[in-house]
Amino acid sequence: MFSILKKEIRSFLSSLIAIIVIVVFLIANGLFLWVFKETNILDAGYANIDPLFDLAPIIFIFLISAITMRSFSEEKKSGTFEILTTKPLTDMSIIMGKYLAGLIIVIFAILPTLIYYYTVYKLGLPEGNLDNGAIWGSYMGLVLLSAGYVAIGLFSSIITDNQIVSFIVSMFLCFFFYSTFDYLGSFAIFKNTDFFIEWMGISYHYRNISKGVIDSRDIVYFLSLIGLFLWLTKIIFSSRKW
Amino acid sequence: MYRNSNTVAISIPHYALISHFILNTIVSIRVENLVKTYGQQNAVNDISFNINSGEIVGFLGPNGAGKTTTMKMLTCFIPPSSGRAFINNMDVELQAIEVRKQIGYLPEHNPLYTDMYVKEYLQFIASIYKLSNSNQRVAEMIELTGLQVEQKKKIGQLSKGYRQRVGLAQAMIHNPSVLILDEPTSGLDPNQIVEIRNLITTIGKQKTVLLSTHIMQEVEAMCSRVMIINKGQIVANGKPGELKQQFSSDIILVVKFNQALSNLQLKELKNLVNVNPVAGAEYQLVGKDEEAMKALVFNFAVKNQLMLSEMKVNENSLEDIFKNVTR
Repeated sequence: MFSILKKEIRSFLSSLIAIIVIVVFLIANGLFLWVFKETNILDAGYANIDPLFDLAPIIFIFLISAITMRSFSEEKKSGTFEILTTKPLTDMSIIMGKYLAGLIIVIFAILPTLIYYYTVYKLGLPEGNLDNGAIWGSYMGLVLLSAGYVAIGLFSSIITDNQIVSFIVSMFLCFFFYSTFDYLGSFAIFKNTDFFIEWMGISYHYRNISKGVIDSRDIVYFLSLIGLFLWLTKIIFSSRKW
Repeated sequence: MYRNSNTVAISIPHYALISHFILNTIVSIRVENLVKTYGQQNAVNDISFNINSGEIVGFLGPNGAGKTTTMKMLTCFIPPSSGRAFINNMDVELQAIEVRKQIGYLPEHNPLYTDMYVKEYLQFIASIYKLSNSNQRVAEMIELTGLQVEQKKKIGQLSKGYRQRVGLAQAMIHNPSVLILDEPTSGLDPNQIVEIRNLITTIGKQKTVLLSTHIMQEVEAMCSRVMIINKGQIVANGKPGELKQQFSSDIILVVKFNQALSNLQLKELKNLVNVNPVAGAEYQLVGKDEEAMKALVFNFAVKNQLMLSEMKVNENSLEDIFKNVTR
């Protein structure tokens, strides 16, 4: 597993994908948080970094799909899939190696945003007057959400040997799980089941954790989502044996 | 099976035990009634063979005959539909991880990570096998395959011959006892073919090698045994020499005189032996006994005051056997 993890991270770095993703993520967030008028923290006057946590899930739909789209598609297309699967590695260790590599890149994209937290912390009046619980909860939620996205992305990558198809499927699935259930829940026909439908979506649990209340049910939801997609990936991965 | 034989050893005569022991140790690849079905089509249809350790076996067959499918099953990439295969007595389905440690595999078309550096790639493969002396093995492989000059390049920049060497290096880095090479020399130029062939022969001295190819000369040059597969079935299996004997029927003698025969002379010769005029003064004689035919031609020439300018035996080549059995 660690050999795959190492190789994936090296290939992310050498193909500049990792760098581009991190830079684009930081530039987009930086613009929205500090420059653009409507979402600007400085003008808003409140000591929080909520715009970051509203925006990041949307940006990640694109960026994480871009990170994961090649992980299996490329191996399948170039035939190196056969090299990997005829080495003494279990299917799951290959999948986990790739999964953790993707997750680590995403976490490295999130880490620099701690500077925003520090800035707002310093700008607070009095200094350090901000809702720490909510912010750390939001960070945790963001990491769990990206972990879910990476699992979805890996699944999209294993179903096709075409990176573009994988990218689009991944974006669709991430978007679907993030916000569709919210909209569906607001439909009149789902009046009686609206809570359950909203509960199925990522954003409901993400919002919950963002409040700074770590509810085990939300954690279990995210872990199940990750588990589900990794398991589906494993099934497709082994489908060569059917 | 093995365990049983140990516990009841006393009741078994010595020679039985010994032969049992030998059978178990020297057979590297054992294939029993292997079948692979894709939908309605049988890609591999009930094949069985044994390969002893130290053999270099050439796997021949037309495209789509089932060579690659068989190799993919032996390397645990796809499972057989039925039947079993063993590498060093380990089942490819049940002990897949163990089997994969024992084999080195060069897949067809030699897939590689083109954006990795040669050394980086070999180190990656070494790390998968968790080799304790990985740096040393990488250096050894680079030397063995002659990649010293190219080792700092990206694989994508290498020529096809060097890529093939990288493929071979990754297949051998963990010093496997069995090498399975799917068309190791396809697409190389004649010089590179010779180099890769020499490389395989060198390695093959200590290892069991199963290689597939389309080139007959290659089999004759390298392999101790040939297996010809057609439509999923093994149609010939034996040493190149044995196969030639087994499949040769008529001996063809090509004779060239100093001048074309007259009709009368041709008629006279036709009475003696089966003759096919080729062109000009060249004739093909078909018969069973090589020596008798030679004597006959000589006497005929002397009698008619002709000079023999050429006489050669057309041996049944492996290529002919291949054409015959895969038709």
